Amino acid sequence: MNENAVNSIQEQALDPKDFQIQGADTASAELFARKPVTYWRDAWRRFFENKLAVVALCLLIVITLCTIFVPIFSSHSISAHDLLNRKQWPSAQHWFGTDDLGRDLFVRVWAGGRVSIIIGVLGAAIVAVVGCIYGGIAAYFGGKVDMLMMRIVEILSSVPNLLVVIMMSVVLESSSIPTLLFAMTVTGWCPIARLVRSQMLQISRSEYVMAARLMGVSPLKIVVRHMIPNTFSVIIVAVTFRIPGLIFGEAFLSNVGLGVQPPNTSWGALSSAAQSSLLYYPYMMFFPALLIALTMLSFTLMGDGLRDALDPKLRR
Amino acid sequence: MSKQPLFEIKNLKRYFPAKGGKTVKAVDDVTFDIFPGETFSLVGESGCGKTTCGRTILGVYPKTSGSILYEGEETAKMSKAQLRQFRRRNQMIFQDPYSCLDPRMTIGTIIQEGMNVHFKRTPAQRNEKVTELLFKVGLTADFASRFPHELSGGQRQRIGIARALAMEPDFIVCDEPIAALDVSIQAQVINLMIDLQQEMGLTYLFISHDLSMVRHISDRIGVMYLGSLVELSPTAPLYEKPLHPYTQALFSAIPDVHRGKKEQRIHLQGEIPSPINPPSGCKFSSRCPYAQDRCHEEAPALRELEKDHFVTCHLAAQL
Ligand SMILES: Nc1ncnc2c1ncn2[C@@H]1O[C@H](COP(=O)(O)OP(=O)(O)O)[C@@H](O)[C@H]1O
Ligand code: SF4
Ligand SMILES: [Mg+2]
Repeated sequence: MNENAVNSIQEQALDPKDFQIQGADTASAELFARKPVTYWRDAWRRFFENKLAVVALCLLIVITLCTIFVPIFSSHSISAHDLLNRKQWPSAQHWFGTDDLGRDLFVRVWAGGRVSIIIGVLGAAIVAVVGCIYGGIAAYFGGKVDMLMMRIVEILSSVPNLLVVIMMSVVLESSSIPTLLFAMTVTGWCPIARLVRSQMLQISRSEYVMAARLMGVSPLKIVVRHMIPNTFSVIIVAVTFRIPGLIFGEAFLSNVGLGVQPPNTSWGALSSAAQSSLLYYPYMMFFPALLIALTMLSFTLMGDGLRDALDPKLRR
Repeated sequence: MSKQPLFEIKNLKRYFPAKGGKTVKAVDDVTFDIFPGETFSLVGESGCGKTTCGRTILGVYPKTSGSILYEGEETAKMSKAQLRQFRRRNQMIFQDPYSCLDPRMTIGTIIQEGMNVHFKRTPAQRNEKVTELLFKVGLTADFASRFPHELSGGQRQRIGIARALAMEPDFIVCDEPIAALDVSIQAQVINLMIDLQQEMGLTYLFISHDLSMVRHISDRIGVMYLGSLVELSPTAPLYEKPLHPYTQALFSAIPDVHRGKKEQRIHLQGEIPSPINPPSGCKFSSRCPYAQDRCHEEAPALRELEKDHFVTCHLAAQL
C-alpha cells in the first residue's frame, strides 16, 4: 500500500514549473511595490480618507462662505429696524425670523459669524505664532534663558484665563475685535509655547538627530528635515483644537456683556440677547447656538482628522 | 599587535553636571587603543559609562579631559576638512531601533540622508545605491518607500546598519545594537554584522552587557565599572582566566562559562555606587570580596599582568 503510493508519486513527473507562484516574478513585484511617497503627501491622502473630517471641513467652508457673502447680497441689512415686524417667527420673508427691534436674523446670524470665526481663526494664528517664537527661542538658547522664559509662562498660565480676559476688557474700555483678540490671546499662547519647547527639545535630543549630526548633516538641514516637520505636525493639531475654545470664549464674553457692541454682533451676542425671551421666542436662540455648536464641532473633528493624518504610526 | 592603532584613547574623562553642583563621572580616566579591523568590546553593567565612552570618542559629547587620537591625530584639533572626513568614516549604530529613525521619513530618505552630504550622485544613482544597501543588509528594494513604524525591530536595526554603511565607513560604534531585539533575531543581526565586517574590513567598537554575545564577536574586551576600565584583554584569556574580582563575579553569572569547574557563582554584596560619589581608592572596593585597607586608600593603576592582559587591581596577581 505504502510502496504503491510512493511509486505513484514518483511516476508523476514533478515539474518545477508547477510550483512557481503565479505572478510572483521580480518584474511584476516591481509593479506592486508602493510608489515612493513623501510624508506630507501621505498625510494629505490620509486626511481625505477620513470621511468625518472631510465633512467637517466642507461644513466649515460653507459656513465661512455664508458669513462672507450673505450679508453682502441679502436684501435686508443687519441694522435696519422694522418696528412693525418685531419678533416674527421664521418665515419665507425672514428665514431665521426677526429680533425684538425687527431686524432680520438671517443676515444678523451670518454677520455675527464673521466676528466669531475671525476671532477663532485669527486668535489661533496669533497664539501659534507667538507660541512658536517664544518656545523656539527658549528651546534654542536653553539653560538660564530657557528657565527664565518657562517660569514666566508658568506664572502667566497660573492666572485664570477668564479673569485676565475680563480685566483686559474692562481696562481697555472698548470691545472691538482687536481688543477681544488681544484679551483672549494674551495668555493663550502659553500652552503652545510649552508644547513647542518640549517638542523641540525632545527632537534635538533624539537619536535620529544625533545620527544626522554624526553623519555631518548641517544644522540648517537638521532643522528643516527633522525639527520642523516633527514639531509642525504637533502644533497644527494643537492649534486647530484651540479654535473652538476661542469661539466659545468670545460667546462667553458677549454673554456677560463684554463682547462686541451693537449694532455689530456675534453668535455669542445674539444668543445672549435671545436669552431673556427664550421661553417665548426660542428661534432667536436656536440659530446662533446651532452655528456655534456646529462650528466648534467641525473644528474639533477636523483636528481629530489632522492628528490621525499627521501621525505616521496610524498610516495604513 | 604592532599595527598603528585607529584610535588611541588616553586618560579620557567625560563628566556631566548633576543637580546641586555635583558631577557625574560617567567616564573617568579610561585608556585603550582600537586597532584597524578588530572588534573591541566594552562590557559592564548598565550605567557604567559604555554609551558615554562611545559617544565621546565620536565627538557627540565634548571630552572633559584626556586625549582621543584618530590615526595619530588629536580629534579635538581637526580642521574642517578633516572633521568632514572623520564624520564620513566613523559611524554609529544605536541601541533603540525605535528612536534612531525619524518616524516622518521614509526608509529611502533615511538611508540617503548622510550619504548625500558626502557623495555627489544623480537621483537615479542614489536610488540605486539605496537598493544596493537594502540588499546588503538582507532586505528588499520595496522597503525604501516604507515608514519606520511599518518595520519590526530587527528590520529597523538593519536600516540603521544600512544608513551607517551608506557612508562607506571604516569604523562603527555599535551601542548595544541587539539589546532591544528578540533573542531569535539577535543572532541574525550579529551574524550580519560579522559578515559585513569581513566583507568590508570594518572596525567595530562593540558595546554590550551580553557576555556570551561579546565572546562570540570580540577580538579584545574592556570591562568597565563605574566609568573606569578594570580589565583589558584579548577575548580568550579573559574568558579563561579573568583576573579582576569584578570580572570574575560578572563572568560567574554566565551559565556556560565555568561549567564543570568547581567555582561557584559569586554574588556581589551591595548596590553599584553612584558615579556622582564613587568610593575612594579602588572604585570596586565597596563590593570587592578581597578588599583590604590599601584598596580603600589607593587607586590601583592599569598594569599588564600577562601579555596584552591588563588589570586594575592591587591584588590581582595573588588571587
Ligand atoms: N547626557 C547626560 N547627562 C547627564 N548624565 C548622563 C548623560 N548621559 C549619561 N549620563 C550618566 O552617566 C552614567 C553613564 O551612563 P551611560 O554611558 O549611558 O552608561 P551605559 O551605556 O553603560 O549604560 C550614568 O550614571 C548616567 O546617568
Ligand atoms: S584593588 Fe582591592 S578592592 Fe579593588 S578589585 Fe582589587 S582587591 Fe578588590
Ligand atoms: Mg548604554
